[in-house]
Amino acid sequence: MKFTIYGSGCNKCQTLITNAEEAAKALGVNYDIEKITNTNSIIEAGIMRTPALAIDDDIVIEGKVASVNKIKDWLT
Amino acid sequence: MIKLLTLYKENPRQGHLLLLILVGFLVIYFLPVNSERFSNAWLESIRLTNWYAREHVILCLLPAFAIAGAMAVYISQGAVMRYLGPKASKPIALSVASVSGTLLAVCSCTVLPLFGGIYKRGAGLGAAIAFLYSGPAINIMAVVVTAKVLGAELGFARAGGAILFALVIGAIMHVLYRKEEAGRSSVSDRGFSADEQEKPLSITVIFFSLMIGILVFANWAAADSKTWMAIYQWKWQITSLLAIALGVLLVLRWQWSIFHMLILAAIVGLSALLIPGVPQLPFAIGVLGVMSLAALNTQDQEWAAQTWDFTKQIMPLLLAGVFIAGLLLGRPGYHGLIPDEWVNIAVGGNSLLSTLLASILGAFMYFSTLTEVPIVKGLLGAGMGKGPALALLLAGPALSLPNMLVIRTIIGTQKTLVYCALVVVMATTTGFIYGNF
Repeated sequence: MKFTIYGSGCNKCQTLITNAEEAAKALGVNYDIEKITNTNSIIEAGIMRTPALAIDDDIVIEGKVASVNKIKDWLT
Repeated sequence: MIKLLTLYKENPRQGHLLLLILVGFLVIYFLPVNSERFSNAWLESIRLTNWYAREHVILCLLPAFAIAGAMAVYISQGAVMRYLGPKASKPIALSVASVSGTLLAVCSCTVLPLFGGIYKRGAGLGAAIAFLYSGPAINIMAVVVTAKVLGAELGFARAGGAILFALVIGAIMHVLYRKEEAGRSSVSDRGFSADEQEKPLSITVIFFSLMIGILVFANWAAADSKTWMAIYQWKWQITSLLAIALGVLLVLRWQWSIFHMLILAAIVGLSALLIPGVPQLPFAIGVLGVMSLAALNTQDQEWAAQTWDFTKQIMPLLLAGVFIAGLLLGRPGYHGLIPDEWVNIAVGGNSLLSTLLASILGAFMYFSTLTEVPIVKGLLGAGMGKGPALALLLAGPALSLPNMLVIRTIIGTQKTLVYCALVVVMATTTGFIYGNF
């Protein structure tokens, strides 16, 4: 499982990272986390609103922090 | 000596620590504690922060946070983004971009990716620049705080100026680079399509009008005009009526429990009756109550969460900004650390030179969300003219040195320089005209 988190490093992105980690740990899934903070790379990925989260290169949420439960739903 | 240097190279961390302690010690050692100006400045900053807390937080900031939170949740961003996509017509994209900051961008860290997206994959340079420029100045928080702290006149001058600016600067950039623009090809319109809208548009409009109405009437200030005064006399009655209407709307269309809403209304009413003359109390209870009810409702939790995010993000910055402004500049009519004469020499009066200086300062300085407002207030109190003040407000939040560096990596050095020059020239012109006529 690969999480990609897009965002310039503000508070919301940090929350999204912890939520994603927590969800993966709760389900016992192996995961890597990649943080994309460069504005140009964010734009090239097609993201308009940060923070955003992609699971295995599939963008699942944009412009919002997803809750732990929501991320669990996407993982199962 | 050489031994000491090698010792330092081996333990750079400890060396830095030593330097830090030394500097800190020297600063405290030489603090001019006995100087009257120095001790006054600290008192001033405490008094100013206290004044802000009393005058601006409950009636103005609290509801503004709630509205900003609701905008982030209930306004479908896709509905706006549709007009900024690669297939949108240029004039429409430009006009939508210049006003969409009111709905889309509340936090400055979301502006840049949106800007880059509109530029690279959407409607192009003109619309992107218009959005980048107006976003930080016309979002609901900025307009409300500016109008409340600096007065309605400057507040509206800022909002109007920002939209006009966005249109003009966006159009100029588009014309300057039209050849390059014509060659762009749209890759995909991901992110530019409308997403599902849960509530009908009319309900959303009524919902936001009611909340903004509550905000406006609760902050209605006494003024010299007759109709203005008549409204002022009735402001709390009008505010309560709007609040009741909002409560009814939340019960009917948001399916909030009528029982909970009645309890909240009863508490608000009781507090108003038991402790008359302090409208802040029922108002604060009302806002906090609505937010708690939102947090209790699973489908509206997001509203409470977003509101809390804005509060966490903006409140400490704003209070720190107020404190520093008070320390350096003092309240109007009192002195802070920086002598009033300096302010007067630099940006006093409404001359062309002081307006130009104000807009250049504004362009380079970094203001974190909304802190420009207390700083301008302090400068005004110390003798800054209203022309330079508007120039600073127009050039300030849209540009800063760190911001320019990021923009440069997206659109290149030349376009960034042209953009900055346009902002400074236009801010100076507008400020000069506003200050002298």
